[in-house]
Amino acid sequence: MLSEQTSPDNFEKNSRLAGPAGNGAGPPPLNDADLLEMYRTMVLSRTLDQRIWQMNRQGRAAIVASAQGHEAAQVGAIRALDPERDRFYIYYRELTTMLALGITPLELLLGFLAKDGEPLSGARQFPLHGAIDRSRRDIVSFSNVVATQMPQAVGVSLADKMRGEKRVTVAYFGDGASSMGETHEAMNFASIHRLPIIFFCENNKYAISVPLAQQMNIESVATRAAGYGIPGIEVNGFDPVAVYEAVGAAANHALAGDGPTLVEAVVERFLPHTSDDDDTLYRSPEDLEGIRDLDPIPATEKILRASGVLDDAMDEEIKSGAQTTVNQATEDAENAPFPEPHDFYEQVYAPGSPGDQS
Amino acid sequence: MPEMTVIEAVREALREEMERDTTVFTMGEDIGARGGVFLATEGFIDQFGAGRVIDTPLAEASIGGIALGAAVNGMRPVAEIEFGDFIWPAVNQIIGEAARVRYGTQGRRTAPMVLRVPYGGGVRGGLFHSQSIEVAFAHQPGLKVIAPATPYDAKGLLKSAIRDDDPVIFFEHKRTYRLVKGDVPDGDYTIPIGQADVKRTGSDMTIVSYGLVLHYCLEAAATLAEEGIDVEVVDLRTLRPLDTGTVLESVRKTSKAMVVHEDTKAGGIGGEIAAVIAEEAFEDLDAPVKRLAGPEVPAMPFSPLLEAEFMPSAEKIATAIRELAAY
Amino acid sequence: MALIGIELPQVGESVTEAVIGKWLKQPGETVEKFDALVEVVTDKVSMEFPAPHTGTLKSIIAEEGETVPMGAVIAEMDVDDAIAQAAVEASEKQAEAPAPNLVGTLIQGANVGPTGGTFRDTALDDQLAERAPAASMASASPPVTQTMAGRSYSPVVSRLAAANGIDLSTVTGTGRGGRVTKQDVQAAIDAGPESAPAPATTPVVHEGPLGEDRVIEPSPIRRMIADHMVRSVNEIPHAWSTIEVDMTGLVACRTAQRETFRERHGVDLTFLAFTAYAASHALRDNPLVNSSWEDGKIRLKGRVNLGLAVAAPDGLVVPVIHDADREGISGLAKRIAPLVERARSGSLALDDVQGGTFTLNNTGTLGSVLGGAIINHPQAAIVTTESIVKRPVVISGPQGDAIAIRSMMNICLSFDHRIIDGAEASAFMQNFKRGLEAWNTDSELN
Repeated sequence: MLSEQTSPDNFEKNSRLAGPAGNGAGPPPLNDADLLEMYRTMVLSRTLDQRIWQMNRQGRAAIVASAQGHEAAQVGAIRALDPERDRFYIYYRELTTMLALGITPLELLLGFLAKDGEPLSGARQFPLHGAIDRSRRDIVSFSNVVATQMPQAVGVSLADKMRGEKRVTVAYFGDGASSMGETHEAMNFASIHRLPIIFFCENNKYAISVPLAQQMNIESVATRAAGYGIPGIEVNGFDPVAVYEAVGAAANHALAGDGPTLVEAVVERFLPHTSDDDDTLYRSPEDLEGIRDLDPIPATEKILRASGVLDDAMDEEIKSGAQTTVNQATEDAENAPFPEPHDFYEQVYAPGSPGDQS
Repeated sequence: MPEMTVIEAVREALREEMERDTTVFTMGEDIGARGGVFLATEGFIDQFGAGRVIDTPLAEASIGGIALGAAVNGMRPVAEIEFGDFIWPAVNQIIGEAARVRYGTQGRRTAPMVLRVPYGGGVRGGLFHSQSIEVAFAHQPGLKVIAPATPYDAKGLLKSAIRDDDPVIFFEHKRTYRLVKGDVPDGDYTIPIGQADVKRTGSDMTIVSYGLVLHYCLEAAATLAEEGIDVEVVDLRTLRPLDTGTVLESVRKTSKAMVVHEDTKAGGIGGEIAAVIAEEAFEDLDAPVKRLAGPEVPAMPFSPLLEAEFMPSAEKIATAIRELAAY
Repeated sequence: MALIGIELPQVGESVTEAVIGKWLKQPGETVEKFDALVEVVTDKVSMEFPAPHTGTLKSIIAEEGETVPMGAVIAEMDVDDAIAQAAVEASEKQAEAPAPNLVGTLIQGANVGPTGGTFRDTALDDQLAERAPAASMASASPPVTQTMAGRSYSPVVSRLAAANGIDLSTVTGTGRGGRVTKQDVQAAIDAGPESAPAPATTPVVHEGPLGEDRVIEPSPIRRMIADHMVRSVNEIPHAWSTIEVDMTGLVACRTAQRETFRERHGVDLTFLAFTAYAASHALRDNPLVNSSWEDGKIRLKGRVNLGLAVAAPDGLVVPVIHDADREGISGLAKRIAPLVERARSGSLALDDVQGGTFTLNNTGTLGSVLGGAIINHPQAAIVTTESIVKRPVVISGPQGDAIAIRSMMNICLSFDHRIIDGAEASAFMQNFKRGLEAWNTDSELN
């Protein structure tokens, strides 16, 4: 049994409606095995994330936007969705999302080291940017420009609706991107056309260095849902089950043809914005102290141990297994070659079409 | 062969493509019941329904972004930007994103979308209904940029644009919409993207142009033929990728070249054409390559005499041709 | 007064027909131009059609409720003859159907308003038509300067001329400022070569008995020259220097002024006059070059007596122009001509060949491009002026480097290294070069 602290019964406590209620029923309840698997993914993500950060400090990974602190929100959301059916318009802080969708640590490390075989852009782009082969997963992250994915995801969703395909598109964004005009335009259009889309905001309270109070004069991003006439849910992003509940309800709402939902998962950003940032310049020691107190990974571990699903041996197996996986992936990624510019002029235009230089 | 205006040709091309392919749909401001401010989609909502003729909010950024998303997800959207002057909020999505989708995903996603963009002046449009903005897009690898001048080309090229697998910016000169009438063959035909067209053959010099001004060039050429100056007029039709071959072939023959466009001069298409000629046909030149282009002011003024001061005309072009011929 | 038909005008884009609404004027009524005449309803617009002319409404042809095609005559009006005439002409103009073509035709009067409507401001048509074309279009028309004409050729002109052996200085330019255009050079090519004989293409095979060596007795002059040369080479440590000179301006100057020069001075304007002039002045500025090594001392000569090496029937002779530095071009030309004539005819006087301080050897007339002459003992130096050859050269201008076809000539100095080092030789040569490059078509010949 799941503990009281993190259970569907406790959903009310860890989330609140910030807009009109959705019509979708909640997702089926999670069992202990589900939570254990989510825990495994979170541990793997954290281990990999720490490794990538180390590799940046060693001068091997050029740029990292750490997902530490976002793991529970990301793993909870994916658990409520169908990786094969749904479409994921992510942004750059989605390491756990990628792992939860089946992208391997090696593939991700190839991206961070800009190595050949990187599965999103062939290492043309920053890590986690580009797109996964559609036949495998519909994961897209075109751009470094925040919020551009918002109207694009709406267009993707519109196409599904026009064809009558039952799929959910998820537009991931941060509190920073919530300030962009395109976010407004996207939500407005999606609402008008009742598109099957979830706007999933990971609010870590900082747009690089700018705190929430200087980004918006409202309590939460989710309250904006009311302005679009769509359901808005603010959820504790440290509670993977609560996030699962919220996103599951939003997915049911979308699949029922009732349109979009705005889900805001409130998280913490444990590390600076990126490896090039120094958060001590704008966050006080008091502010930084204590944000890890509610770290979802030990919290989930505690729940799993309390419910008897996890013991020392299994936890050791999970953690050392993650370490082994990451170590092996690191070695493989480091041994991989950098891409040669053999396809440098390809994929500018369609093969054989006017302007094609390949 | 039926006669059509440019706007009729655009409408027919779009209608036929929507009839041919159910993944083609159109979206934009006022394109539904209103039929578009220029009536390009007149009657479409009745024929195809609101599901494929989508009236959008007045929000260009998302028109670009939503069209892009739909294109990435298997549709062939034809979005109308009501006036080219209003396109700037969408530049983030068009230049920033759509142009880079194929390259940035190593070909894992593509964006077969068309943006129809009415542009250009001479319509008493003032600062914000007259702009020539094509060069900003022609600069971007990843985009294809088309600017037809005639009904025949407009129809054939719009069909090619819709069937193309890359993002295409399709510039329609507003003044040509009802000013230019020409023969358009019955039935389905396409004109290849990236091919210029010699609209008039001549031996004394080459004029390179596109859009509305092309017609003024042809008028001027007709006038000068009576004065014994034999001018060849090349219609670029596509601004990216440029058909430098046709331009160079013509210049190698005539040894003199002038580029004429309504857009302002500095950094314009004319500069690119002149540079290509200088690089590739220097040994064939008998005179400096000239550019006759819009004046270096930020916009076309509203009042008629001021607008006329800005706009190219057959007379202005003829004067420039005489000068170059006498060189 | 004349009766004319009133046509339903094209109102609204893509409208082919209209329904006639209420007639606002009745037959017999006087109508002012722009008075509302009739209501017209299309699927686009409902409007009042203003009268196109002033006159009297004579009859209504299209009745209320009737659907009529655009351009149909809907009424008749009595108007002034002048108005009627103008209306007929306008109508005829409109009736001329454009030839079917894919390029399209501009529809007079058709327009799109600022935001898609059918507005067209007609108030200013006449005013705009009367105005001269505005100068606003940023057209760059580089003026062709006078100096540019005739001296520089466009890439295609240069290429065609080179490929077809056309001497561009002989081609008359019809471009701006006399510039030689592509058409000009094409005409020259089409006209064919002027008089150049075709080179023999059949190899000649010599027959007859095999040759034997022959010994000939040198003439006294030949012997004297030989001794003179040996002495020079034995005694004087020769050193050499060659530089090239751009003769384009000088050639143009000579070409341009040859005829007037002859008319004025009665003598041909030769290159030798220019080179003698430039050399004399360079010598005056570089006295070491105009000197002799005498018993371990250097004698700087007080006068510039310029020797000219001339190929005479019996051999090389060097007549002298005494005090050459005191002459202008015309003076030198006048003195050179008879002197050379005397040298060639073997009638030189003793005075003609004495007192030379420096020798100028115009080997270019023999086709030479580079020489190493032997100094005319006991002088300090001898200079040769070689053939003038057209060559592509890189020239620097305000726009950067460019390749141009220039008339180039080498000048080669042999000098006595006892007296002169490279630096002095070079100073003289540069001075000489400047003297040769200072000319253009407009130069005044003193």
